Amino acid sequence: MADKNGPDGTGETGRGRQPEATIRDDELERRRRDLEASLATRRTERLEGKDEAKAATGYGQALKLSSEFIAGVVVGVGLGWIIDRLAGTAPFGLIIGLLLGFGAGILNVLRSAGLASEFGQGGKPREPRE
Amino acid sequence: MAADKVDPIHQFQIHPLIPIHIGGYDVSFTNSSLFMVVTIVLASAFLYMSTAGRALIPGRLQSVSEMAYEFVGNMLRDAAGKQGMQFFPLVFSLFMFVLVANLIGLFPYFFTVTSHIIVTFTLAILVIGTVVAYGFAKHGFGFLKLFVPHGVPALLLPLVVAIEVISFVSRPVSLSVRLFANMLAGHITLKVFSGFVVSLSAFGALGVAGSVLPLAMAVALTALELLVAFLQAYVFAVLTCMYLNDALHPSH
Repeated sequence: MADKNGPDGTGETGRGRQPEATIRDDELERRRRDLEASLATRRTERLEGKDEAKAATGYGQALKLSSEFIAGVVVGVGLGWIIDRLAGTAPFGLIIGLLLGFGAGILNVLRSAGLASEFGQGGKPREPRE
Repeated sequence: MAADKVDPIHQFQIHPLIPIHIGGYDVSFTNSSLFMVVTIVLASAFLYMSTAGRALIPGRLQSVSEMAYEFVGNMLRDAAGKQGMQFFPLVFSLFMFVLVANLIGLFPYFFTVTSHIIVTFTLAILVIGTVVAYGFAKHGFGFLKLFVPHGVPALLLPLVVAIEVISFVSRPVSLSVRLFANMLAGHITLKVFSGFVVSLSAFGALGVAGSVLPLAMAVALTALELLVAFLQAYVFAVLTCMYLNDALHPSH
């Protein structure tokens, strides 16, 4: 008795159950797809909410853009100064480094605001991101 | 003592707890080191203990760890694709370290590790070092294509490449400055407003009544700082993912 209802019973009951099992698989597949769809919508909602929270802190945005610009200038000047020290070309390395750093700072800000193309890709700018 | 209360910078001072000097270098165990250890121990203990049960239906703590895992995992997959998941341990560790350090710093009398630029800069150098090392190991000199945008006239190429290189080198600087500046500015503001409460209430009954205003401000700022603590950890992790994406796919 118990054997017939067992999961790996060799009896005829196993054959008889086959169609029911496939139906149940279909049902499960369908439900899983539904779940995935609803999860996907919820995920995008969550991401949009986060973007709003990010935009709400305008102070953070200002700090982000200014740090990008200052970093560009500082690194440009630093590299120019190091080249001067190594090659003894003072003050031209510093001057050129400052100008290039200024350009790099502007590029950083534009990239950070999503207005310029990212590294390695010409033309199409990526959508704005943190 | 009274001077300490109104000095908003005092909280960032580093003082050695266990003085150690090796070969002329001061490698003392400072209050900063202590809070780094606390951060790591707290983060590891929380993740270990909350996931120790390995319940199929997670409890509250386990679902917090799982949310953290999925949050960072999705972030990395979105920014750097499936291949990016090999860097998951690095990104997750950085995220948890920065997040827990920021949150610990919110407690009064606690030291904020991430309010020192040398700490955040070291983390940023770790990230960018990984990007450069992995980029060269994977793509060889093809990694340098990152600095050469498509469709630039040959005449302008040296100028553009120089600007791109500076822009690349400035990324760890801006990454570290952003985290450090946010934490520093937030903590100074908190301290200043709390200081107003103390100095206003020294003026008798009217002062005590008036000190409700800066107190309310300090409470509101604490909530804002909580948001900033989370947001900056998130930003740090997202930017790490984006830089790793450059190392994985230097030319799109």
